[in-house]
Amino acid sequence: MPLVEVVNLVKHFERGGGLFARKTLLRAVDDVSFSIEAGETFGLVGESGSGKSTIGRCMLRLIEPTSGHVRFRGEDVLSFDRTRMRAARRDMQMVFQDPYSSLNPRMRARDIVEEPLAIHRIGAKAERRERVAELFRLVGLDPAHLERYPHEFSGGQRQRIGLARALALNPSFIIADEPVSALDVSIQAQVINLLLDLQDRLQLTYLFIAHDLRLVRHICSRVAVMYLGKIVESGATASIFAAPQHPYTRALLSAIPATDPDAPRQRIELDPALVRPETPLREVGPGHYAAV
Amino acid sequence: MTAAGTGAAVDRTDEVLLSVEHLTTVFDIPGHPVVAADDVSLQIRRGETLGLVGESGSGKSVTAFSILRLLQSPGRTIRGRVVFQGRDLLPLPEREMRNVRGAGIGLIFQEPMAALNPVMRIGHHIGEALLVHGMATRREARARAIDLLRAVRITEPEKRVDDYPHQLSGGMRQRVMIAVALACRPPLVIADEPTTALDVTVQAQILELLREMKRQFDLSLLLITHDLGVIAETADRVAVMYAGRIVEHGPVRDIFRNPLHPYTQGLIDSIPGQSAGTRLQAIEGVVPNLAALPPGCTFAPRCPHRMPVCTTAVPALVDIEPQHAARCYLHSDRTEPSQDSAAALASATRAR
Repeated sequence: MPLVEVVNLVKHFERGGGLFARKTLLRAVDDVSFSIEAGETFGLVGESGSGKSTIGRCMLRLIEPTSGHVRFRGEDVLSFDRTRMRAARRDMQMVFQDPYSSLNPRMRARDIVEEPLAIHRIGAKAERRERVAELFRLVGLDPAHLERYPHEFSGGQRQRIGLARALALNPSFIIADEPVSALDVSIQAQVINLLLDLQDRLQLTYLFIAHDLRLVRHICSRVAVMYLGKIVESGATASIFAAPQHPYTRALLSAIPATDPDAPRQRIELDPALVRPETPLREVGPGHYAAV
Repeated sequence: MTAAGTGAAVDRTDEVLLSVEHLTTVFDIPGHPVVAADDVSLQIRRGETLGLVGESGSGKSVTAFSILRLLQSPGRTIRGRVVFQGRDLLPLPEREMRNVRGAGIGLIFQEPMAALNPVMRIGHHIGEALLVHGMATRREARARAIDLLRAVRITEPEKRVDDYPHQLSGGMRQRVMIAVALACRPPLVIADEPTTALDVTVQAQILELLREMKRQFDLSLLLITHDLGVIAETADRVAVMYAGRIVEHGPVRDIFRNPLHPYTQGLIDSIPGQSAGTRLQAIEGVVPNLAALPPGCTFAPRCPHRMPVCTTAVPALVDIEPQHAARCYLHSDRTEPSQDSAAALASATRAR
């Protein structure tokens, strides 16, 4: 049984609608299904507006999906009441993109990391303090800096604080939404390595939402490519990068900047006429699906 | 059209269009003054793209703003020369400087939505540039705007010219920014992270457009970015900045094939997907605080090749190979300080 299953997930937003204007329907997530096995890193890629972040938010019910199912360990998360959902969130956590805006600037690092423990009333005060120091060490921060405020840390360190907070409740599943895209290049690799180490040590399962395909290729075992709210291709990362089938995937992969000045440049432009939204996914290779 | 195409008989590929010499810009923050660009020297020849690469706080944008004299207080350039088409821009009266901006040096910003006025139509942005520099009458301006929109591959330019910025996508807005920057046919364009806010497929299109505009308009380009992929695809030569100083510069192939400075090596190695295994090659440590720089080489605290000498004095930027210089003691046995560095020392003692 997969750890996480997303089945026919739909999220529509209503837009506009003034005195004379008709409301328009934005199909941010349009019938999306995928599953994630325990211990794997599943990548969700696509451009801004493709719906990839909305999926992550729907899975944790930070926003309520319009329809569909999100199963975690076989149970439908969307049917949970408040109490059950709160308990479920201990096991499913999120790391956000922007460590500058996702940490409360008026809270000390200690309190930011401790807050989930306090909310879930875990341990006595002294135990929590000990756990926070342990989490700090786990993510490579110096416990001597526990009393500092977020602005006293660099971007990479702030992302580590966000990670320590996400790990506080011992989750098994973490949704990482563009966790390094706001960081400097030389710091990105540190945070990625930390995510990989933690996965090893704590048997974590990741949903990795990203637009950097080089990174996705490096760390994800399987990947789904989103375009205009739909998955247009999914499968093992190696087979998608070796033989992309959907015109959008081809365009996306050909747009990755080469890091070799002499690499031949072969840009493939996407012809939107080639993308028919009604085309269903079909198996084009072992475990490799494409809407072609 | 003025400059472009007139010198057909003369080979001008070696002509230096912009020469920045020992540029030093400080921010006078009370209590801890910061040297944001420290003794920066770089040259751009006609038709060439120089990539200026660095992380946040490296001084790359400060360098660009110092060149254009767009620094806001408390930033100020205390030393150096910015020689553009043979004359130093730094002592120019503001009136003449305004003429250089736009007509001499065009500028493309990272975030087109912030750089375009939301209540001005697209055509107005381009037309204004032409009118300010007296390069078109009001009637001509509109036609020229449409031509430029067509040149930057905006479909239906006759309609788009009357759109407002919010009616366009991010990629289209960046195309408009490029059209504005090119309006007065400047020989040099400075592009500060022109594709950073864009999706990867749009980024590829904008880079292709920049290359094409460079050919079509006979441009030189100073391309500022943190992304080595953008550099590899677009630049002829590269200068790498770290904590306010240029630590390496050279032809793009040499920089990627044979990086000499450990920081450049680290940057290249940390690009995912190059080595086998799942761990990435990371540069340990953090970018130093400019207000409290370590003594000697500012990269020394993070450097895997650190030696005792590294923390004693700032290494000089010396030519290690022809056209390829690095600021690192690892190579100090390989060469003598270049003329450039000698000149740097000489002018350092000269009070400005």
